[in-house]
Amino acid sequence: MNSSTLIFVILFLALFSYWFGIQRSVKMAGGITKVKYLASLPRQYGLLTALWCGLPALIVLFIWSAFESSVLESLLIGVLPAEIQALPSAELGLYLNDIKIIAAEPILDLSSQNEALEKYQAANYLQNITANAAWLKSALIVVVALTSVGFIISRFSTEFGARVKLENIVRVVLMACSGIAVLTTLGIILSVLFESIQFFSAVPPWEFLFGTEWSPQTAMRTDQVAGSGAFGAIPLFAGTLLITAIAMVFSVPVGLMTAIYLSQYASPRLRSIAKPMLEILAGVPTVVYGFFAALTVAPFIRDTGDLMGLSVASESALAAGIVMGIMIIPFVSSLSDDAINAVPKALKEGSLGMGATLSETIKLVLLPAAIPGIVGAILLAVSRAIGETMIVVMAAGMAANLTANPLESVTTVTVQIVTLLTGDQEFDSPKTLAAFALGLMLFVTTLALNVFALKVVRKYREQYD
Amino acid sequence: MIDLSSSESLVSDDIDLSKTVGEIYADDAKMSMRNVNVFYDEKQAIDNVSLDLARNQVTALIGPSGCGKSTFLRCLNRMNDTIPICRVEGDLRLEDEDIYAKKLDPVLLRARVGMVFQKPNPFPKSIYDNVAYGPKIHGLATNKAELDEIVVSSLQRAGLFNEVKDRLDAPGTGLSGGQQQRLCIARTIAVSPEVILMDEPASALDPIATAVIEELIDELREKYTIAIVTHSMQQAARVSQTTAYFHMGKLVEMGKTEQIFTNPVHELTENYITGRFG
Repeated sequence: MNSSTLIFVILFLALFSYWFGIQRSVKMAGGITKVKYLASLPRQYGLLTALWCGLPALIVLFIWSAFESSVLESLLIGVLPAEIQALPSAELGLYLNDIKIIAAEPILDLSSQNEALEKYQAANYLQNITANAAWLKSALIVVVALTSVGFIISRFSTEFGARVKLENIVRVVLMACSGIAVLTTLGIILSVLFESIQFFSAVPPWEFLFGTEWSPQTAMRTDQVAGSGAFGAIPLFAGTLLITAIAMVFSVPVGLMTAIYLSQYASPRLRSIAKPMLEILAGVPTVVYGFFAALTVAPFIRDTGDLMGLSVASESALAAGIVMGIMIIPFVSSLSDDAINAVPKALKEGSLGMGATLSETIKLVLLPAAIPGIVGAILLAVSRAIGETMIVVMAAGMAANLTANPLESVTTVTVQIVTLLTGDQEFDSPKTLAAFALGLMLFVTTLALNVFALKVVRKYREQYD
Repeated sequence: MIDLSSSESLVSDDIDLSKTVGEIYADDAKMSMRNVNVFYDEKQAIDNVSLDLARNQVTALIGPSGCGKSTFLRCLNRMNDTIPICRVEGDLRLEDEDIYAKKLDPVLLRARVGMVFQKPNPFPKSIYDNVAYGPKIHGLATNKAELDEIVVSSLQRAGLFNEVKDRLDAPGTGLSGGQQQRLCIARTIAVSPEVILMDEPASALDPIATAVIEELIDELREKYTIAIVTHSMQQAARVSQTTAYFHMGKLVEMGKTEQIFTNPVHELTENYITGRFG
């Protein structure tokens, strides 16, 4: 049986166990009328039985599937001739691949060559052990399911607290689910970290962190004309900072004032229309912003610059920054709105009751009280801007200029990661590995910002709850 | 908000709610309100209430929850303006000036008619800045020395100065509940209002802090006209000279506090002050 059939079998067994558990508990109580003397309800006994049937079986299935192929492979290698076992791992891999292909689709016309015969025999062996393994797996799973059902049924008594056990299982399952997110994060960190370590063994960290020249294209052949292969990340981070700064300069005042208007001045009707509109802005895919930046904003800025006698690159940091700022407005305004609304109404009334105008009240009481929440909102927006990719890919350009002039073309960390990795499959040259080092730096930066932002927000929550 | 069916059992059908009994006019009125109606959307919260606030006296507004006494109080400095669905009708005057006149600036009115709220609400600023807040906004002090003078005298009049004089830079939110409420009173009197409205100012305080506040109210009467909403009848009896009894948005009875508490005319008033409901 294959795994999907097995899952159905397990589900069926669990369903049966549910019914069995109920029957068993009712019988144990001495009839349906005496169910109230049981420590738990019959359906709780049933559910517990079903979970005891299904969960161990599923766990066994999962573990088996995870290790099956590697165990079979080592068994296969064990029966191969010694000189093949001694092959380097890459060649051995190719050899094993051949065997697997033959095992999957046996080619009937045997060539007389010795090697092919050997492969055919090995494939035959592989087919055998695979079939055996499948049987063993099915049998093991059914046995595990039935044994654990038997075990839990044998412990049933009128005092048996199925309710409590059920709660414990639910807790463990929920915990496992939340563990997935944590483990995934951990996995991402580790994979990026290992690739980065490989990169740093080729390029010294100080050269990467403090170098001011970025030109990752290296020559593949000696006669190729290519970049020098300089990996100084400073221009990239400078570009990211420049664009992020432009985005923040644009989005923080606009977003904050939007929040103030919506939370304090707008009529409930206007608010009920304007807020969802802003949320739509937050839902626009960033690639759409990207071509808005490249096709509308960038030419507009260039033309305006020409009118004023300034030379503006067709892909300028300003265009990317402004569009990114527009993208971030809903973040800033929505989170700031929450922060302002969380200030107790009593403070606002107290100020108004003293004869302060609404704008004085906002400036002197509401904003100072909401400032930690607003700072948190801004920090979250910054980390969003730093990690943003599509807009800058389409609007900011590729040239790693180290400049503070917003009218020039700059490039960002995310853009370089995209260009370094697109189209490449082999991640072994410093060029592609550099992407992982950049990713690691980006990850550390945004993580630090997020942690800091959450800390600020939390501190502020404690103040008013 | 008000469940008519449940209160009806307490009110026999022949009780006349249509007009106020007792004396609603004061010889020397600081504020006078005539035929005030307040609506929240369609719902009427105040129904044709007329009364005077006598100069340099404490007028207590009492009544069961939801009777409209807080709503009425908040009309007197137009705090209800901040509620979009609220509509106020009638003639409300402060020293013969119509406070709902089109040309009147509610912000200036609120400087003349200050308010102290149920829950102490000091701003998250220092004690000094809390008191200096109003004078700064209204430009009452031209220099630092004058501002200091206003802050100190306001704290003194609120009976708080001796307790906080060494820590004027400490945050106002760090004070005890009773001290916070006195800080709010100091903040209110720092802008030299003519009338002070108090919305259950002691309901969040312990008995000792309450006693201090009540004593303070009695002292403040010399300079200010005070209206106080309270749930505590003992408090009304202790601090006020005139008492107004509200019931379901109507002013049922008004008169000298002594008379209201010893010899009420209206059956509802008697029921309320003897604790039969409320």
